[in-house]
Amino acid sequence: MSSRSNDLILKTTTTIIVFVILAFSVNMLFAGHNAPGGGFIGGLMGAGALLLLYISYGLKPVDRILPINFTYMIASGLLIAILTGAGSFVLNVPFLSHSFGYFYLPLLGKTELATAMLFDLGVYLTVIGVTMTIILSIAEDKVENVEEEGN
Amino acid sequence: MLHFYIFAPFFAALLIGLFAKKGSRIHTGWFVLPVPAVLFILFCSKLPVLAEGKIVQSVANWIPSLDIQLSFYLDGLSMLFSLLITGIGSLVVLYSIYYLSKKEQLVHFYVYLLLFMGSMLGVVLSDNVFVLYTFWEFTSISSFLLIGFWFYRERSTYGAQKSMLVTVFGGLAMLGALILLSITAETNSIREIIANRTDIIESDLFIPILILLLIGAFTKSAQFPFHSWLPDAMEAPTPVSAYLHSATMVKAGIYLVARFSLIFSGTDIFFIIVTGAGLITLCIGSFLASRQTDLKGILAYSTISQLGMIMSMLGFGTGVATLAAIFHIFNHATFKGSLFMIAGIVDHETGTRDIRRLGGLYTFMPISATLAFFGAFSMAGIPLPIFNGFLSKEMFFDASLKLEQTSGFAATFAQWVPFLAVAGSIFTFVYSMYLVFGTFTGKAKLDQLEKKPHEAPIGMLISPIVLIGLVVLIGLLPNLINEPILAPAVASVRGDLALIHLKFWHGLNTPLYMSLIVVILGILLSLTLKKWQPVYNRVPGKFSTDRVYQGLVNGLLTFSKILTKSYMTGSLRLYTSIILVFLVISTSAFIYMTDGFKISFDNLAPVTWPEVLIGSVMAVAAIATIWMNQRIAAIIVIGVVGYGLSLLFVFFRAPDLALTQLIVETITVALFLLCFAHLPKLKKSDKKSFEKLLDFVIAASTGALLTIVAISSHSSQYFDSIAKYFVDNSYKLGGGDNIVNVILVDFRGLDTLFEIAVLGLAALGIFAMIKYRDKGDMNH
Repeated sequence: MSSRSNDLILKTTTTIIVFVILAFSVNMLFAGHNAPGGGFIGGLMGAGALLLLYISYGLKPVDRILPINFTYMIASGLLIAILTGAGSFVLNVPFLSHSFGYFYLPLLGKTELATAMLFDLGVYLTVIGVTMTIILSIAEDKVENVEEEGN
Repeated sequence: MLHFYIFAPFFAALLIGLFAKKGSRIHTGWFVLPVPAVLFILFCSKLPVLAEGKIVQSVANWIPSLDIQLSFYLDGLSMLFSLLITGIGSLVVLYSIYYLSKKEQLVHFYVYLLLFMGSMLGVVLSDNVFVLYTFWEFTSISSFLLIGFWFYRERSTYGAQKSMLVTVFGGLAMLGALILLSITAETNSIREIIANRTDIIESDLFIPILILLLIGAFTKSAQFPFHSWLPDAMEAPTPVSAYLHSATMVKAGIYLVARFSLIFSGTDIFFIIVTGAGLITLCIGSFLASRQTDLKGILAYSTISQLGMIMSMLGFGTGVATLAAIFHIFNHATFKGSLFMIAGIVDHETGTRDIRRLGGLYTFMPISATLAFFGAFSMAGIPLPIFNGFLSKEMFFDASLKLEQTSGFAATFAQWVPFLAVAGSIFTFVYSMYLVFGTFTGKAKLDQLEKKPHEAPIGMLISPIVLIGLVVLIGLLPNLINEPILAPAVASVRGDLALIHLKFWHGLNTPLYMSLIVVILGILLSLTLKKWQPVYNRVPGKFSTDRVYQGLVNGLLTFSKILTKSYMTGSLRLYTSIILVFLVISTSAFIYMTDGFKISFDNLAPVTWPEVLIGSVMAVAAIATIWMNQRIAAIIVIGVVGYGLSLLFVFFRAPDLALTQLIVETITVALFLLCFAHLPKLKKSDKKSFEKLLDFVIAASTGALLTIVAISSHSSQYFDSIAKYFVDNSYKLGGGDNIVNVILVDFRGLDTLFEIAVLGLAALGIFAMIKYRDKGDMNH
């Protein structure tokens, strides 16, 4: 995906917008318990932000800056989700029993913390991993084909 | 004790491999021989017990919860058969030691033979109907293995397959009969079933039971029209033919009819079917036997006709007839066994069994020839006191004259029985003469034989000598076996003990005249055999059951091929149509039958204009997709439906769904565009207008069905929704205000866990498909 023209405007706006989207995505994740949102939508938006980066800057530069293996991300997301569920065994309650409480944290004040959040984090990571794996697999494949045809 | 008797052959079959070493000097058969011989002696030792009118029995648990017990009992009928199985079994094993060379796969042979012997004993001794059925199928399987012993010959495998198909068909029919019997009589024990005979005769299931049971018996005993497997089973080694196809297995059907005849005998339908089938078999079998050119072929048809005779006597149901049947079972086993063995000797010593190439063997094989004369004369029923066959045939005629049927068709039919009996016996005489004189007299055709014929080794002759000895002994002194063996057997078939004295000379009476007619006409027909033999070229022609069988098998194959090809076309369009049509038909039939359609206008929300607008846009987009000529255009138009849906979610106040739908729709549209860019241009559909119409009808009816289901299910809410619980408890228990999210991650977190697992798998699947595919295909 070598850019033939100088996409200056796209790249510049991307750098700004990506952070906005990422922030919104993380917000979705954390706010999900009490407002519309959650791990799934947050994950999809996070993936959207990363996708925008790939579109504007191409595969190789982004891979260099963000050396993430998204298939590992799927695995870690699933692992977090399962471990969150299995954690309830330690307290001798059924699988996937969640609990929550209110804590006073520095800077944030009175905050609600729920173990369901951890589970949602797993969902979040999995969804990002899945989306990116699918899209990058297809995209990289196309690049190889183009190169081979070029040769 | 009986358990040990029955399972001894099975154990022996298990162990035989240990004794038979390759290259050993001792023929494996010698290790096998003691098994039937000892069993024979053991069974003989029970004879005095039976003579007192008692029975021997033993019971062991097998599946007590289903009332299936390994219960065995030995009464007169079982005793007769057990003696035949073990006695002739010993002789056959002895004969096979000389018949089969050590180069054959002897262990296989004897394992199959012992399995057969054990299962045959199981059949005749079982008291439980399901145990009976188990052993019955064991005999089918072991006989299948024995017929196909020379599996490299095409005819052997064909014969084995045919006998398997026919006998297993009958076996399954019999299983049906046995199940119905055990339901009707409320017990699985044969003796208790027979004791409940009035219940069975009065029940509605009587006719099905009778017919299914008789199908089982007729297929096993090669009765018309199921007889055609027996001649093809002659590809088996001769000891097998002698054992299975003359003395034991083919009599299993006879045993079955005899065993259950206490229930059925006396009813007209039993008489008509059993006697009718028996007499037809007798006539057809004896008529066709003289047509054969193969010695064993003649013997096979002869066995068929003799079994028909026994069967018809069982159908008569009178005391004399039953005794005659039992007597003939015994006699037939002796002379037919010996004749098979002699046919085997002839085959062994001359290299052929084709009667056209044989002749004049008397000078070369005097002992075999003498034995064959005795056997064949006994089979033909020559009126001399040294042939046991004559005695039973005379009783057959006698019984055929004394039928007690009074009513309707049965009475008319009974008048014809003696004539059919005589006709069948005439042809029996003809083929018996054809068999011995064709083989042993006339001019020897030495140039046509593979080797110079000479007398068989003495070991091979022992068994036929013993059997012919029995023929003569019983011919002379029939009462020797009458009292200890035949009378208890008749008693267990008839239910009461009535000893009938057997004697050769009855005085000048009708049966004797019938015998004389048979002999005279038989001699005339035998002498003119060459002249009328061309008849066989025309009869049976098309009516041959062989052709019927072959036609059925071929027809079934062709039919199933056509059927499978008609819907397994590989066309996804067809499969989808079938699935949808089935869905529509079954669901709408169910709605119709249960009166499930319901429409109520209560509890409906008001419809607002934006909803109507979005809905109609979605409908227009969905319909428009059908006429899109380009894939990409179709994807984008279908996207309208997705975005419309997410808008609807907004109006229905489902923000999470709306967000998710929006993003997922975007991603799927993008992915579709990415993938479809590689696909070739959409071709103009070349479907015929009829097919299009059909598609339209299927699609429209599926849509209509789902609409009806949706309306009906919305209109009939039987229970309160559980949503209230979630609304009330989402904050209290889950600590969140977003009820959807709390349900997803807390109340129903397991679903979510597996949904993300599904997503992960899908991603890995795509990854693997793209990264690890065979890339050679893409770049040509």
